[in-house]
Amino acid sequence: MLSPDTTQNGGTDQRTVRFRGGGFAPKSILWIGPVVFAVILVVWEVGTRLGLISTLTLPHPTDVLGTFADLWRTGLLWEHLLPSISRFLVGSAMGCTAGIAIGILIGLFSHVRAGLVPVVAAIFPIPKIALLPLFIIWFGIGEGSKYALIALGTFTPMVVATYGAVDNVDRTLIRMGQSFSLSWASIVWKVVLPGAMPGIFSGLRVSLAIGIILLVAAEMLGARHGVGAYILEAGSLYDLERLFAGVIILSVLGVTVSFLLGQVERRVLRWRA
Amino acid sequence: MDLLLQNVSHHYGALEVMRDINLEIPAGRIVSIIGPSGCGKSTLLRFIGGLERPTSGQIVQVGEPPAGSLNPLTYVFQDFALLPWRTVEGNISLVLEDHGLSGAKSENIIADVLARTKLSDFRKALPKQLSGGMKQRVAIARALAVNPAVMLMDEPLSALDSQTRELLMDDLIALWARERFTAVYVTHNLQEAVRLGHVIVVLSRRPGTIREIVEIDRPLDERQMGDADLEKVQKQLWTLMREEAAAADQELIHA
Repeated sequence: MLSPDTTQNGGTDQRTVRFRGGGFAPKSILWIGPVVFAVILVVWEVGTRLGLISTLTLPHPTDVLGTFADLWRTGLLWEHLLPSISRFLVGSAMGCTAGIAIGILIGLFSHVRAGLVPVVAAIFPIPKIALLPLFIIWFGIGEGSKYALIALGTFTPMVVATYGAVDNVDRTLIRMGQSFSLSWASIVWKVVLPGAMPGIFSGLRVSLAIGIILLVAAEMLGARHGVGAYILEAGSLYDLERLFAGVIILSVLGVTVSFLLGQVERRVLRWRA
Repeated sequence: MDLLLQNVSHHYGALEVMRDINLEIPAGRIVSIIGPSGCGKSTLLRFIGGLERPTSGQIVQVGEPPAGSLNPLTYVFQDFALLPWRTVEGNISLVLEDHGLSGAKSENIIADVLARTKLSDFRKALPKQLSGGMKQRVAIARALAVNPAVMLMDEPLSALDSQTRELLMDDLIALWARERFTAVYVTHNLQEAVRLGHVIVVLSRRPGTIREIVEIDRPLDERQMGDADLEKVQKQLWTLMREEAAAADQELIHA
């Protein structure tokens, strides 16, 4: 039966069992990403050089690079980037901190939940950009309205993610804490909060991405410096090279934020399998 | 400290789950509670430790818990209930932190319980690095750390494979021989009940009542795997439970 040799077996058919497992297990293949980027850039460059793609619709990648180098050389890059980064940091820090705090209160107290969940549900779907004129009246044309826009935009998804995370903390761990007569504060601080961390981190990912989107929106209205203002100006002058340079700055900002968050997450959630 | 259960009954809405349970849990003995699934044995254990309230009846402590007992009624859970973000020693120090012990004192307690459960080499390990048997030993060490008057064990070995279960039963017997702790041991496994129980309480199916209380005289440390007398008790218990278990099994289909 187990002999691999079919002819030795009285003519009974034998064949290897067909493999049908495998797949559905994402692997990390590091080189493909850069290669795809490179291929896109090469096709784009060659296409625009050969005139297959009109330079009215897409600039040469090398020209974009040149614009970027100019930005760097003249110091204009930092003049636009630093205000943007500081607006993003202040606004999203306010929004995320408040969101996490309110989310935890909703997760812990039924009265707070009953009172605030409908409010959050009502605020969540409002396009925050539509409120920008209102914020300018409330907080002035300066930094205040920009902080407020980013803060409100990051606040709601953070609330929803946080109370969901608190709801998902393993109840047997909480019962365990009670069975050892841990104080309420100890249970919240040592069981509920660490247990909610994975959910809070996935909320942060979403919120910070929304924060970048709103940053640009805020800077398109009433800002002299900032990546958003730079892009808006380039757009109205139909200066495609500068427009693309600005968009690339935003992409890099997004990737950097996500990378830094991933690093923090890896440290904080080291206990996860 | 003894525990007394007096006329404990319980309803979930219109569903009667437990009827008039009277039971004594004497100090220094292990009381096994067995019964078919859904008879409320885990619920009963939660009543005993004050994690849930029965509809009527009460649980009474007779006498004071021993001096130095930080948490007189202490559970060991089926699914270990270890904090995955804390190391072995962190999980044990968790239950000591609220008692205002000095650093040196809690360090002594941790070192002592880890030594007693043979975990000293794994102090810094995270739960995810441990096997099921090791995790339950950590949970047992954590329970020992608060010096309980009564250990409330809710199917502590049910999540483990049968070989690990044997090993842990031996460990529990060795621990008991040293400490003579009081324990209520809830299980659906007759073999565990017979190996570890001085007294075995058989519950009927829902509504749970006490069907029979069987005492086993043979000292714990003389009970061996495959002991003929124990097998006899086990068989006797199975005859008692067989119909109940079959009926309980049918009930689930209608539930």
